[in-house]
Amino acid sequence: MDSLESTDISIWFFIGVLLTIYGAMILAYGLWELISGHMANVVLANLHAPVWWGALMLALGLFYGVRFRPGKQ
Amino acid sequence: MVEFSTASTHSGSLIASASHTMAVFAAGAPSLAHLSPLDIAVIAIYFVMVIWIGFYLKKRSNTSEEFFMAGREMTAWIAGLSFVSANLGSLELMGWAGSAYQYGILAAHWYWVGAIPAMLFLGIVMMPFYYVCKTHSVPGYLKMRFGMGASTVAAFSFAFMTVLMSGVNMFAMAEVMKVVLGWDLNFSIIVSSVAVAAYVALGGLRSAIFNEVLQFVLIWGGALLVPILGLVEAGGWNGLKAKIAHNIAAGAIPGGDYTHMWRSMGHFQDNPMGVHWTGIVFGLGFAISFGYWTTDFLVVQRVLAANSLRSARMAPIIGSFFKMAVPFIVILPGLLGLVVLQNSDGSLMKLVGENVVAANPGAGLHSYNEVLPLMLVRYCSPGLLGLGITALIAGFMSGMAGNVSAFSAVWTYDIYQPLINKKARDEHYVTVGRWATILGVIISIGTAYMVMSAKGIMDYVQALFSFFIAPLLGAVLMGMFWKGATKAAAFWGLLLGTLTSVGLFVWVKLDPSALRYVALSPYAKDLAEDMYRALWSFCVTFLVILVMSLFGTPRPVAELDGLVYGATKLPAEAPVPFYKNEWCWAGIAVAAFVGLQIMFW
Repeated sequence: MDSLESTDISIWFFIGVLLTIYGAMILAYGLWELISGHMANVVLANLHAPVWWGALMLALGLFYGVRFRPGKQ
Repeated sequence: MVEFSTASTHSGSLIASASHTMAVFAAGAPSLAHLSPLDIAVIAIYFVMVIWIGFYLKKRSNTSEEFFMAGREMTAWIAGLSFVSANLGSLELMGWAGSAYQYGILAAHWYWVGAIPAMLFLGIVMMPFYYVCKTHSVPGYLKMRFGMGASTVAAFSFAFMTVLMSGVNMFAMAEVMKVVLGWDLNFSIIVSSVAVAAYVALGGLRSAIFNEVLQFVLIWGGALLVPILGLVEAGGWNGLKAKIAHNIAAGAIPGGDYTHMWRSMGHFQDNPMGVHWTGIVFGLGFAISFGYWTTDFLVVQRVLAANSLRSARMAPIIGSFFKMAVPFIVILPGLLGLVVLQNSDGSLMKLVGENVVAANPGAGLHSYNEVLPLMLVRYCSPGLLGLGITALIAGFMSGMAGNVSAFSAVWTYDIYQPLINKKARDEHYVTVGRWATILGVIISIGTAYMVMSAKGIMDYVQALFSFFIAPLLGAVLMGMFWKGATKAAAFWGLLLGTLTSVGLFVWVKLDPSALRYVALSPYAKDLAEDMYRALWSFCVTFLVILVMSLFGTPRPVAELDGLVYGATKLPAEAPVPFYKNEWCWAGIAVAAFVGLQIMFW
């Protein structure tokens, strides 16, 4: 996939930014849950999905955010 | 009503304030889920992002080519993801998840045989003609090929139906938000439509496409966790099958084959959908699927925005891989709902039809269509729940943006320009396009409120849309692949094919026993009727064009360059490595498609 879409900012950068924000928020909540022991009342809460799903989103978001940052050729 | 309350977080006062504000505006009925401030923040950030994209891209939508065709600068990936995303509305997500709960994996036919062959055909066979002739729309292609008659019929029917469908979807989405989150109907309708109107009117098709790609990522990010955790709880695919078999044996769910796609297709009465394999293959797999994926401008517009012929051919092929994967986030959660959803007392939850829920208010019943939100609430803690809800909202907005951007282009290019103002400046048409976008949203809102006051209209509006798809396919295919097709034949073929579809629909409404003729069996059900009605209307269009053209005078071959197979010299494309070649990827897609049919035979 191309890095530039004939605009100053690539769509992949927008996606990277959004995934980074969401990943950070969800990971932070997951870590707070893990540390405080206040588990949400959901099934399979013991798997700590917010931690690994949030971390995955954060990693993907950072990759796209950096890889397609404005001005990068 | 089962409720999984989610723990609140100790987020900042700003988020809490936003949460309170939204709660005040969106106050409504008791709901399935309770959003935490973190969930509200996730949803709010999404809205900020889509509006930001609209404002950012406004500077790139000054000419009509930029506003309506995104400057024809999209890469194959962008166009391909947008192509699939415009179709991936939230109602489709929830509706087919509900159908999977009700009918099992048969519902996946709409994602595989009902999409993949048509998408590949568009990319490999039809796209060169659409792309080379530089049409702005599908009615525009008909105008070049057959003149104003067929084009005007197609343009008016498409424009009218698109905004009506958008309104119906808007109302249905608002109802879902009321059931799931307790949001007021007016709140959901106004907020979502204002957001869509803003970013499409500002940035045109480019903004719609960019947001659709963003929404596609969000849909996967928000919905993918459900089948993963569901499979963990059910003990994998084999565990799911064993539990379904156990529940059938215990009488907890109706009997049937929930995990095979073709075995029960031999007779109409052998499967709960009441369909036969001929209806699936020829009605759904050809007439409906090819009609939708190759001639509905809502999806074709995305591919026309590609930056080269190779990208335009690759886009539907790339989209086909993602389309094949969608059942993982739609059909699988529906199947998992059959074994994991429980009432508060630990017993298996049984979902029912909307009519049963409506007839038993206060009984705590849930409809089939609520299976996906119920699964989201079951597994998703704060933040993840907001992400899941954002995925549903994103799905709705991508579908609506697709509708209004396509409406805007068809209104401006195929109705306003040829019929009202032929020689205006380019800036004028851009302005008309922006206002058409806003007008489309306003008509959609009006339709939503019309449906709200008389829900019976909804079925008719949805049926209306299906009337035009198959005849349009007949006209486009005959025009694209037969040099002898004439202008008058196309007009009458399109008109008589549409009237056939309407006539069959009315006949069955007035006399339900007519189903045995329309759908070939008294055991056929609604879905089978749709498939065969589409097939008959295609056949009528095909035959009318064939017979009338044989008695008419076709256009000289020299005038058909770029429009018709056999009269067009396609531009030579630079050779590329095999892994970038469209034929290679189409072959892989065919192999994957066949493999899935065998795997779930």
